Amino acid sequence: MKNNQQGASEEMILYARVLERGMYAGLILMFVTFFIYLFGIIDPLIPLEHIDSFWNQPVQDYLIQINKEFLGWDEPPLGWSWIKLLGFGDFLNFLPVALLSGITILCYLAIVPGMFQRKDHWMAGIAFAEALILLLAASGLLAVGH
Amino acid sequence: MMDCFIRQQFHGLRYRFLLIVLFFQPFTLVAAEGQAQESPSPWWIWPLILLLVTFLMGIVAVLGGVGGGVLFVPIISGFFPFHLDFVRGTGLLVALSGALAAGPGLLKSNLASLRLAMPVALIASTMAIVGAMVGLALPTHIIQLSLGGTILAIVVIMLSASKSELPHVEQADSLSTALRITGIYHEPSMNRDIPWKIHRTWPGLFSFIIIGFMAGMFGLGAGWANVPVLNLLMGAPLKISVATSKFLLSITDTSAAWIYLNKGAVIPMMVLPSLIGIMLGSFVGVRILKVAKPTFIRWMVIGILFFAGLKAISKGLESYGVTFF
Repeated sequence: MKNNQQGASEEMILYARVLERGMYAGLILMFVTFFIYLFGIIDPLIPLEHIDSFWNQPVQDYLIQINKEFLGWDEPPLGWSWIKLLGFGDFLNFLPVALLSGITILCYLAIVPGMFQRKDHWMAGIAFAEALILLLAASGLLAVGH
Repeated sequence: MMDCFIRQQFHGLRYRFLLIVLFFQPFTLVAAEGQAQESPSPWWIWPLILLLVTFLMGIVAVLGGVGGGVLFVPIISGFFPFHLDFVRGTGLLVALSGALAAGPGLLKSNLASLRLAMPVALIASTMAIVGAMVGLALPTHIIQLSLGGTILAIVVIMLSASKSELPHVEQADSLSTALRITGIYHEPSMNRDIPWKIHRTWPGLFSFIIIGFMAGMFGLGAGWANVPVLNLLMGAPLKISVATSKFLLSITDTSAAWIYLNKGAVIPMMVLPSLIGIMLGSFVGVRILKVAKPTFIRWMVIGILFFAGLKAISKGLESYGVTFF
């Protein structure tokens, strides 16, 4: 550990490396998927010319309406159900969003083993708890309605 | 002479307020038209205006020293036809992307402290999840009213909060000592290494219960609150506080972003134009920063936030039949 020395500690460098790679991958993928969506290379679920009749509704109404008009599922698409819609140009854009939202979890999981090895138990415990909290948020178990 | 000075200041403020009103008036009119009629303009008009406005926002955010997120949510929800649920989801992703992009550099340069950020982030991100869930469960007009109140409170904080480059910390408290939250950073302006430590760790951590909740609930970046708490309350040097705050957003906003994503409150046609606009605007803003007058920009940001806060309250009151703005 180099906490009291000038310069970033080992775990900061490791965290920064994982974050940097994930961030670049996410941003590049985001531009690629948006290009695909914008230029209609893959058809979207919601036609672009109708999108302005959806974005002014509360999210719950929006989900019910797209389910009714385009999907016909038993339940509106919540949680990770967007995975099933990746074949549509608009929902393909959820992939980079999930990557950007998920990279911090990987950063935390990357630094935990080293912290335990260096017997930095309190910080390792905090890092592990943070990873669990973020995994819980990502799990979709907490998606609630109005 | 004093009388003349006050009169000049008053006229200056009145002029700035007029500029802000004129800047937003066209958007207000077009938005009102958009809500009153069924699709009066082609679908691409709004993403295009969003791109232009977020470009300007990116410039102003850099020059005013605030995060894009805090400007994005009140302005876009106040003057665009998008529902607040999607604006908050997009605002979080805008703030998250900015924080993720800055994070690696801030960590490598040892300005953002991982040890300071981690305990704070655990509390803030947990509460951001709660805030996001509450925010998506409450009626929209309640969120609008709370958002307006919060934005006006931010204006007060911006007007009154002082900053301390190197706060004096007599002795680190027991919690920060146990967690070894301390460090050394190099200050080029003094050409020396500056050791730092923190105190009042418990009150600082408790503050992040509220900050995290509000970040999740409103989709705001929380730099406006992070920095004063880290700097003035906990005693971290200003540079460490600013950098750690920016890095902290990458964790806090991650947890809330997952809730919005899983809830479906993400519309790519809003997210990408906003991200591109803010990024390009920030790029231009950094260049303009060399020649801009920071005091004027700071007043402009305060004026914009004040105006956007009133607009949010006005929209919230509409459901009670009260219209004043």
